[in-house]
Amino acid sequence: MTAAPKAQAAGNGDEIGALALNGVTRRFGEFTAVDNLSFEVKPGELLALVGASGSGKTTTLRIAAGYEVADAGTVTLGGRDITGVPPERRGFGMVFQHYALFPHMPVEQNVAFGLEARGVNKVDRLVKARAALAAVGLEGAGGRAIQSLSGGEQQRVALARALVIEPRALLLDEPLSNLDPTLRQAMRDDLRAMLRRVGVPALFVTHDQEDAFAIADRIALLRKGKLLQAGTPEELYNAPVSREVAAFIGRGSIVPAVDKGGNVASVTIGGVMRELAVTRPANTLPRFEDAYVVLRPDALEMSRGATIFAWRGRVINRRFAGGLVVYRVQLADNVLVEVESTSGDAREDETVSVSPLKGPFPLVSG
Amino acid sequence: MRVATGRQSWMIAVPVIALLLWTVVYPNAAVIAGSFENGLDHWREFAASPADREALRTSIVISIASVFASLAVGVPLAFLLGRFEFPGRRLLRAVATLPAALPPLVGVIAFLFLYGESGVVTRAVQRLLGMAQAPWQLKGVGAIVFVHAYTMYVYVFLFVSAGLERFDATLDEAASGLGASTWHRLRRVTLPLLMPAVAGSALLVFMNALGSFSAPYVFGGGLRVLSTQILASKTNGAMGLAYVETTVLALSAVAGLVLFRWLDRKRKYTLASKGGRARRTIQSRRVQVFTSIAAAVIVVALVLPHLMVILVSFARDGVWTTQVLPPEYTLENYRRLFSEPELWRPITNSVSMALIATAANLIVCFVAAYLLVFRKFAGRRLLELLVALPWAIPATAIALGLAATFNRNDLLTGRVLLVGTFWILPLAYFIRDTPLVASAVEGSLRQMDASLEDAARGLGASWMLTMRRVILPAARPGLVAGGLLAAVTAVGEFVASVVLYTHANRPISMEILAQLRALAFGTAAAYSVLLIVLVLMMTLAARSFEERLA
Repeated sequence: MTAAPKAQAAGNGDEIGALALNGVTRRFGEFTAVDNLSFEVKPGELLALVGASGSGKTTTLRIAAGYEVADAGTVTLGGRDITGVPPERRGFGMVFQHYALFPHMPVEQNVAFGLEARGVNKVDRLVKARAALAAVGLEGAGGRAIQSLSGGEQQRVALARALVIEPRALLLDEPLSNLDPTLRQAMRDDLRAMLRRVGVPALFVTHDQEDAFAIADRIALLRKGKLLQAGTPEELYNAPVSREVAAFIGRGSIVPAVDKGGNVASVTIGGVMRELAVTRPANTLPRFEDAYVVLRPDALEMSRGATIFAWRGRVINRRFAGGLVVYRVQLADNVLVEVESTSGDAREDETVSVSPLKGPFPLVSG
Repeated sequence: MRVATGRQSWMIAVPVIALLLWTVVYPNAAVIAGSFENGLDHWREFAASPADREALRTSIVISIASVFASLAVGVPLAFLLGRFEFPGRRLLRAVATLPAALPPLVGVIAFLFLYGESGVVTRAVQRLLGMAQAPWQLKGVGAIVFVHAYTMYVYVFLFVSAGLERFDATLDEAASGLGASTWHRLRRVTLPLLMPAVAGSALLVFMNALGSFSAPYVFGGGLRVLSTQILASKTNGAMGLAYVETTVLALSAVAGLVLFRWLDRKRKYTLASKGGRARRTIQSRRVQVFTSIAAAVIVVALVLPHLMVILVSFARDGVWTTQVLPPEYTLENYRRLFSEPELWRPITNSVSMALIATAANLIVCFVAAYLLVFRKFAGRRLLELLVALPWAIPATAIALGLAATFNRNDLLTGRVLLVGTFWILPLAYFIRDTPLVASAVEGSLRQMDASLEDAARGLGASWMLTMRRVILPAARPGLVAGGLLAAVTAVGEFVASVVLYTHANRPISMEILAQLRALAFGTAAAYSVLLIVLVLMMTLAARSFEERLA
């Protein structure tokens, strides 16, 4: 894959500016799909909109693209209000979930379509389309029929079609969801590299947090149309602002704790109390009434047999995961945890001891 | 599909193939052979006849014009109803397919009552403008194309509507996201993707218009088209010339078919449904008002023929002369239909002949569809062709073929005397409706998982039990839908009937024509209403039957 021209992006006439949604709301009858949502994507930045289905992430993307009109709030690009600008005049590149390639046109014409719409002459648009195809690793595929392409190839054509118009922003709807797992792994890296090269704000929607972790610079987590938290993947993983974020991001068990203030909380399971070092979200109460800590599999350790001062439990499932084994352990008080262990000795139904290994543990309020 | 024992398949296939060869291929071959009975003499006669050359030209002109007129009405209407929301949309959608419910001849006479020289609309306009003469004449190519557009645009509308429903809305979104204007998007994305639907319906209109008989027959004026020429030659006893005309008509149809297939040859994609897009509410107040007014006008235009036929059916015969509307109303027309045996006769004729033809269609087409879907055998392609063949042959040609073949008893040449008997019309109806019923049943069977038959047999079910419990239930929706279509078509059939009927087995359509000729408009309209009621009753019966079983 050669360099997708970064200079191209500036060729659209304007400066490259940040894409921002400001207090955007969208209702469908009684249902509020997007609720007073604000975020900004800077030029060259990759922001993932993450959420379960029905969280409003696709509607948000469609508002950014202009296919939906917000009931309230504005969309701005480089500070300019584009809320009322229809999609055909936004100059954004969009990659649809099912790619939406035109089945009656060969690859080349698909890619050149945006240039055709801009009145670019036939020779120039073919030259540019071929360059864009080369940029996504599909040189020489211009004459092929869409139906003859694999899923991964279709995805690249869709990307080339979005890039060739030198978009002011890139929008991608579940760009990897149609690929099989092996291809998906490979495409994550390619996609991130290609999007970074373009240098425009890039917004993509996914329900898969692993995709988001692998591709995005920042993640905006949505639930019921509201923004729960926006931040880098590390921030969301290590410092979730709420129980909901903690439950959605990463694996782990959320167990009730007693907040002792400062950086300390205690967790009691089956009568065994352990004090833990915790981090609390910024700008919150100094002490939570109903506190929870997040026990991630990599922050716990496990030993065979019953150990004093450890939480006792029973292995109900073990899963080999390459270098380590992930155990699912049923503790007392109906607490279920997952523990990563380098030792694979313990068997199902065996009694084991689980202890906190390394902190600080995220502390959240219910 | 699975490979069954070849011999067993053949035992079922041979009778079906033989029957279709005998009733479909043989008569048409006889027509072609008949056209050469005096060497090339009949063909020279045809080529030298200005009337026939004109007929050929007019037939083709009418067919092409009908295609464009139907497209001009059907495509915008499908877009309007499929893509936009406006007051009156549901009503317009409900009546949009109404013209298809009018039997061919009935549609034509409704137009005569409305727009003919002494029609209601014609006279109303004449009075309104204070003109001495009728403002227009319902005659010639224009009139025929007008009626064709009304009755045949429904094909275009249905095909394009279905295409729009299957249309992947994100393709349109992708196009506009890439900067395409509405027009550019329509021209480069939407319409090209709808081309298969447009081409399919255009072909249907072309074939129907080419074989159309009632419109040219009733108000062609002095106009000649091939289908009417054939009947004229036959009536004049010039059978040789009729054979040539029939062959030319059939060849034109086949040429049209080949041409359309060729135009549609490059398509490799299908429209995958991802759910159509939501209808857009028209925002501009003025456009909304305009659209609703236009919708109201279209609704009236679509419903008017039906209303007119109903109105005239209550008009006293012989007193409607120069008034705009019939001056006197009576139940007499209906009373006579039900009480006078000679007037009641056509109704029992049509119903019984339609039922016989439909029953035969259901049996033969079920067996054929079963063979085509589940069996592999040497004659499969032949059977496929035979079943579809009558679709490509205009009804007039089918009828003339039967007239030329089943006109004497001669076992050596496989001829049986049917002409002049009751049985010739059910046979003609059977042939005309075979492609319809077969494709409906085939469609149903194709939706069934082919391994179900194997599974049933593997569980120890006998062939009979498998047929009764697995195959027949799967075929049922197709049998019901196909049977309904066949019965509806047969009960109002006109084109083949006009060539083959006798006084004793005259169907409703012929009686309507006879009453029309006697200027008994009220009686003709009463028959038409009865025909519409029959069609309605059959539709309701099929629906309730299907609902009870489903």
